[in-house]
Amino acid sequence: MNWRLIRNHPSLLIGLVATALFALLGLVSLWWTPFPIEQIVVARRFQGPGPVHWLGTDNLGRDMFSLVMSGTLTSFWVGAAAVVIGIGVGVPLGLAAAAWGGAVEWLVIRISDVTFAFPSVVIAILITTLMGPSAANAIIAIGIFNIPVFARVARGGALAIATQDYVSAARLAGLGNVAISVRHLLPNIMSLIIVQGTIQLSLGILAEAGLSYIGLGTQPPATSLGLMLRDAQSVFLIHPWLSIVPGLAIVLIVIALNIAGDGLRDAMDPRLKREGINHGAG
Amino acid sequence: MAQVDIENLTISFGDREAVSDLSISIKRGDRFGVIGESGSGKSLTSMAIAGLLPETAKVTGTIRLDGEPLPADEKAMARLRGKRIGMVFQEPMTALNPLMKIGAQIDEALRLTHERGTVAALLDEVGLIPAHADRFPHQLSGGQRQRAMIAMALASQPDLLIADEPTSALDVITQRTVLDLIARVCDHRGMTLIFISHDIRAVAALCSRIGVMQGGRLVETGTTADILTAPKADYTKRLLAASRVERHVVAPLEHKQALLEVRNVAREYGHGGFWPWGRKTLRAVDGVSLSIAAGECLALVGPSGCGKSTLARMIVGLDSVTEGEMLLEGRAYRGRDLPPLLRAGLSLVFQDPFGSFDPRMTIGDSIAEPLHLLGRISPMERQARLKEAVEAVGLEESMLSRYPHEFSGGQRQRLAIARALVTKPKLVVLDEPVSALDVSVRGEVLQLLARLRREHGLSYLLISHDLDTVAAMADRVLIMEAGRIVEEGTPERLFAQPQHALTKALMAARLPDVA
Repeated sequence: MNWRLIRNHPSLLIGLVATALFALLGLVSLWWTPFPIEQIVVARRFQGPGPVHWLGTDNLGRDMFSLVMSGTLTSFWVGAAAVVIGIGVGVPLGLAAAAWGGAVEWLVIRISDVTFAFPSVVIAILITTLMGPSAANAIIAIGIFNIPVFARVARGGALAIATQDYVSAARLAGLGNVAISVRHLLPNIMSLIIVQGTIQLSLGILAEAGLSYIGLGTQPPATSLGLMLRDAQSVFLIHPWLSIVPGLAIVLIVIALNIAGDGLRDAMDPRLKREGINHGAG
Repeated sequence: MAQVDIENLTISFGDREAVSDLSISIKRGDRFGVIGESGSGKSLTSMAIAGLLPETAKVTGTIRLDGEPLPADEKAMARLRGKRIGMVFQEPMTALNPLMKIGAQIDEALRLTHERGTVAALLDEVGLIPAHADRFPHQLSGGQRQRAMIAMALASQPDLLIADEPTSALDVITQRTVLDLIARVCDHRGMTLIFISHDIRAVAALCSRIGVMQGGRLVETGTTADILTAPKADYTKRLLAASRVERHVVAPLEHKQALLEVRNVAREYGHGGFWPWGRKTLRAVDGVSLSIAAGECLALVGPSGCGKSTLARMIVGLDSVTEGEMLLEGRAYRGRDLPPLLRAGLSLVFQDPFGSFDPRMTIGDSIAEPLHLLGRISPMERQARLKEAVEAVGLEESMLSRYPHEFSGGQRQRLAIARALVTKPKLVVLDEPVSALDVSVRGEVLQLLARLRREHGLSYLLISHDLDTVAAMADRVLIMEAGRIVEEGTPERLFAQPQHALTKALMAARLPDVA
């Protein structure tokens, strides 16, 4: 990654900047929000956007802008933690499948097939039944859903790398499967994983909103964009603004992440990168 | 009037010119050969004629076909291409649709151009039998696929055939038959041929006129006889000189002690079917025995798919034998179980210098990797070993901190040899060490290998399908066919009096020497 790369891919720049803006908005809420989000003032509820409350107030008189800031943070935090779980477990599994092959590979593929068969909502319901609803449980549910995705991406990428002569050379040099995975396979599939990570982050944010909406994710007094939608649904016909704000926030974050992910793929995928000067030269 | 007339053609990508100011005119019925190294712009030129350049290319100059400039409209260009120009590419496996039967693909080419020929007639013309029409590309051999490609190119009754390195992915025998086929078809139909190759001997055997390209420029053009006997440009002279491989004789050691012994080795691959009983086994290597003496260079020659690479992989310990055993300096092993210290005693140089280094690691780290086999060594000794290895192959220590993409193919192959030498092995297995390199650097690399052998008393197992490389390097040659060794002898004996049918076919397929 360098600046020239970003300059050649304007969509990457747009996506990254937009994502960074939302992430920053969320991070700032850790130290400062215009109003404390727990502050309920019934007297000023259902206010439209104005100079004091930039995005208005909700049915309990809480400041919408503060809620969006805090909700964005929750969304990013849940999505990112789930991606970390997915990469942390899935990538080693995928690398092991590619490096050892045989029975290990069979097992990894079967495990990911079984995990794929359960949507994250089902896993979330299971976990909630066992441990009660919370943001942490949403992270675990989405993280489990992410594991097979990363396992497959890592295995696919590593299989392509494993046929290269330099991997054979490393085997000749007496390196074992672990050393080969860490030294050769992992660095060469890193770009694939980063791109997939961006995509899974946006999917995770959507899933978190969904889980919170049905009451299985973040619990009050903390807030998330999905929870804001849930609070607003009962008054949607009278005060549509309350639903539009968190809804738009989710849409914009996901679009920003998808643009960034597409841009990253174009910029980092070697097959696309080789197009141009080397295409057909020689 | 010339059939193809190129005037001041310049093709550039960004601010880099890939082809500069090129003018050629090719008469109807000519067989024009374009020769040059990778990156010389020869393929781009041919793609410009067919209007197939990538969109990022900027083109100036004119190309005329029978006096008419190429249409700018893509639809008209496609029609012209379909009607008038047939193309044959280097790798038939990727040029054919893997999901369509050969017959259907040829039929499609016929229908698109509304020509009257039949699939059977085309198959017959390129030397395939009607039964081949019902096969998928992966069920054909490389040579048969290339024949099918030629049949597709002929479907539209083109008057210009562009063949871009059509034989460089094929082994010697198939190469010769495909070259003969192209020559016959062009004669028979009176087609103009543009033949692109890096192999000056293939061009000389096939073409009546030759254009030599270097760095995007046409340095010389003339009749084949003129170019071969009286080359004017320095570059042409160097190309001609490089195509003559000198014999690097190393006096064999008196005391011949076997370094490596291979005893009755076989390797089977099981495939097809989930259930153990519907499985077929393929014997890739079938009861091979051989021995290599200390200081000897043994060559293993055979067509592609004969099992020579499988054998090499087992000897270096990348794969295990199904039957038999191997002995390195008297210690028996079966392949992957080769212990680390013994592993340090042999190494492998890969065919493709571009795939043999990790693009994300510095050259130094890659070359130092085999040192791992020697157990713990101090950083000082590591550096000293690296320096020694890199200087032995004629490169500098300062290059160790660079990355693979900064080196040319020839340099990378030198570095791959350096990596093979870093543990000071006794036996080096060379798997087609020069076949992926440009002709002009092949000679240098072979010379380097001969010098290293002399200086370090190395033994080589040279795997190749290129008889010139073998003639230049080997003390003894084994001919391999379908997993078995069918003939053995010194190169002089084999070249003069081949006994086995395969050896005879190999010798007959050699292209005539130039100059």
